[in-house]
Amino acid sequence: MESEYKLLGGAMVTLALATATLVVVPYLQLSDVQPSEGLKPYTSAQLRGRQQYIENGCVYCHTQQPRAQSQAPDFKRGWGRAPVAGDYYYDNPHLLGTMRTGPDLLNIGARQPSVDWNLGHLYQPRAYTPGSIMPSYPYMFELKDKAEKGDKVVHLPPGYAPVGQVVVARPEALDLVEYLLALDRTYPVKPPPEDPR
Amino acid sequence: MNTITILLLTFILSVTGLFVFIWSLRKKLFDDNPAAANVIFTEGEIGKVEEPAATQAQHAALQRVVDGSHDGIDDPERDARMKAELDDRLRADGSTKYVTFVFLSCAVVWLIFASTAGLISSIKLHQPDFLTEYAWLTFGRIRTLHLNAVAYGWAPMAAFGIAIWTLPRLLKTELMGGRFALLGAMLWNAALIAGLGSIAAGFNDGLEWLEIPWQIDILFVVGGALIGLPLVFTLQNRKVEHLYVSIWYMGAALFWFPILFLVGNLPGVHFGVEAATMNWWFGHNVLGLFYTPVALASVYYFLPKIIGRPIQSYNLSLLGFWALAFFYGQVGGHHLVGGPIPSWLVTLSIVQSIMMIVPVLAFSVNQHLTMRHHFKTLIYSPTLRFIVLGGMMYTLSSVQGSFEALRSINTITHFTHFTVAHAHLGLYGFFSLVMFGAIYFVMPRVMSWEWPHPKLIALHFWLVVLGFGIYFVGLSIGGWLQGVAMLDASIPFMESVRITIPYLESRSVGGALMTLGHIVFAIHFVSMALRYGRKRVGPALFHRHGADAGQVTRPVATEA
Repeated sequence: MESEYKLLGGAMVTLALATATLVVVPYLQLSDVQPSEGLKPYTSAQLRGRQQYIENGCVYCHTQQPRAQSQAPDFKRGWGRAPVAGDYYYDNPHLLGTMRTGPDLLNIGARQPSVDWNLGHLYQPRAYTPGSIMPSYPYMFELKDKAEKGDKVVHLPPGYAPVGQVVVARPEALDLVEYLLALDRTYPVKPPPEDPR
Repeated sequence: MNTITILLLTFILSVTGLFVFIWSLRKKLFDDNPAAANVIFTEGEIGKVEEPAATQAQHAALQRVVDGSHDGIDDPERDARMKAELDDRLRADGSTKYVTFVFLSCAVVWLIFASTAGLISSIKLHQPDFLTEYAWLTFGRIRTLHLNAVAYGWAPMAAFGIAIWTLPRLLKTELMGGRFALLGAMLWNAALIAGLGSIAAGFNDGLEWLEIPWQIDILFVVGGALIGLPLVFTLQNRKVEHLYVSIWYMGAALFWFPILFLVGNLPGVHFGVEAATMNWWFGHNVLGLFYTPVALASVYYFLPKIIGRPIQSYNLSLLGFWALAFFYGQVGGHHLVGGPIPSWLVTLSIVQSIMMIVPVLAFSVNQHLTMRHHFKTLIYSPTLRFIVLGGMMYTLSSVQGSFEALRSINTITHFTHFTVAHAHLGLYGFFSLVMFGAIYFVMPRVMSWEWPHPKLIALHFWLVVLGFGIYFVGLSIGGWLQGVAMLDASIPFMESVRITIPYLESRSVGGALMTLGHIVFAIHFVSMALRYGRKRVGPALFHRHGADAGQVTRPVATEA
């Protein structure tokens, strides 16, 4: 080929096609999606927790998209039903994730609703799940000799609590747990109107 | 959309595609001028090997392997014409050397940084309490630092450096406006440092591959545009009629990337699930429409150049280009198989992923036919080893990728380390190896200096190949077992974690070897930049045999 204009013209057309199919059409198709019935907007504490989830890169090990029962046993594992687009109405940015080094978290709030468990698990996952490879997050907690008024003390299983000190959750940890508890899409939804399969 | 509509649309699309194809044949878009494959050679250069990274003995052996019959033709007139063409090439090289050096140096720095971050992340996956005290060292951040340092540091810096060096050679002109590129490189690196710093501090946009805050992305866009400008100027000042296939790939890639980056980072446009489709449109196209074409362009230039033989089928390379341009752009949806997105989109992406076999085969067959009867050259040419192996990894990773997109296989491999291994096969096994090869070829020309320690090139090669072999094989097996375990509801989830541990450990071993290889490479690079060792050749552009076979006279071209 001799003409750079033909080259660049052709290259731009193919990219435009790809952009149309993967970005523009989904944009048009999904822009009128309504929030699922039963889905509540995040509170400001939950949004702060969501920010912690993003900042600490939880998304690189946890998905938020259980697969349909016809495809995988996600439902049987208690991870929940297959979600629909409306379940993510308030999610910006999306946190669907691509890795399951850890389990799916779309319904962790329903599965593990205890604040104490979640806080302790963030402080030391192996105290609750032997063999877990989740990082511990000591920087979200403070070690104090004595809890002060208003401190949220973390109750750890015997053997994991530091001797003579108490573990106090920092606001980051409390926010993150707020968000995790909000992850609950167990309300029923109508199946998508057209399922091509 | 129901099945009949989809079938109808596919039918219409196919027929349209057929018409476009016929039209393009009539318009000679696939020009069938085999002479075009020869534009990278000067007169009489075909049959002469060029391998700046080889030692004198290796070079002589390389020439013997390729063909001895081209030796010793004495024709003063032709020599004069050759000299004129080679002077053009000398000028092209001279105009790019400073700019290329800056880009490649940055690339090496980012490579070391990225490998270190990658190795730390890898260790953390089997030693979860390793370095947990500080937020910036937590897995979620150091892993992201690794990815971004590769994606926006090592890979584009190497790609820009090689493209800026190659394009003026291919266009037989000097690089115009290299100063813009230097300014661009400064802005780009400043942006990357700011971006990595903000990720370490916790500020990020939350989308994989697009973590760097959009405010900083503005700096990338400006820097990238400045880097692109000289290439536009150079293209306008070209002295060749025909645009060699490498120019297609590099030219298109350098125009595709800014659009991808801009659309992907538009703040406040993308929402909910739509952001996910955009996310993977970007994530996969950065690989497919930026790194891949630049590396393919490098293979199409350096491989024929080293063995002194034009590529076997020029038409095949053009077919490969358009097929890649068309199919690759639409494959991103296969990252969301089983996700809450419109299912037509997933199906489309799976179809296009399988169609990617077309350009991949076009390239692989071409590389194989060009190398056929010449595989012995790999023994003598350190550069070629990287490039040919890299090319083979392209075939492997692409075919693997096509099949991974199928629902049946994706159900197992999605969400597992298998995908991570696959991603590294493409970006490391293919792209990075080709870039190493290209850098080994380019740097002696840039510095007018030979690699001071040829043995270190071999050491680098074997360390990264061995390391990557362990990395890839281990992680693929581990990922597959993990996926299979996850699909069996009777096996507790924790078992799918436990099963991967030995393989994650093997990945750290492989990764450590790769990092060691990179350190060897960096040391060699620095010692060349500081001009250690002997100056063994000038900027010789070709070496020819003397009348007595096997005797290499050098340098032929005069010292710049």
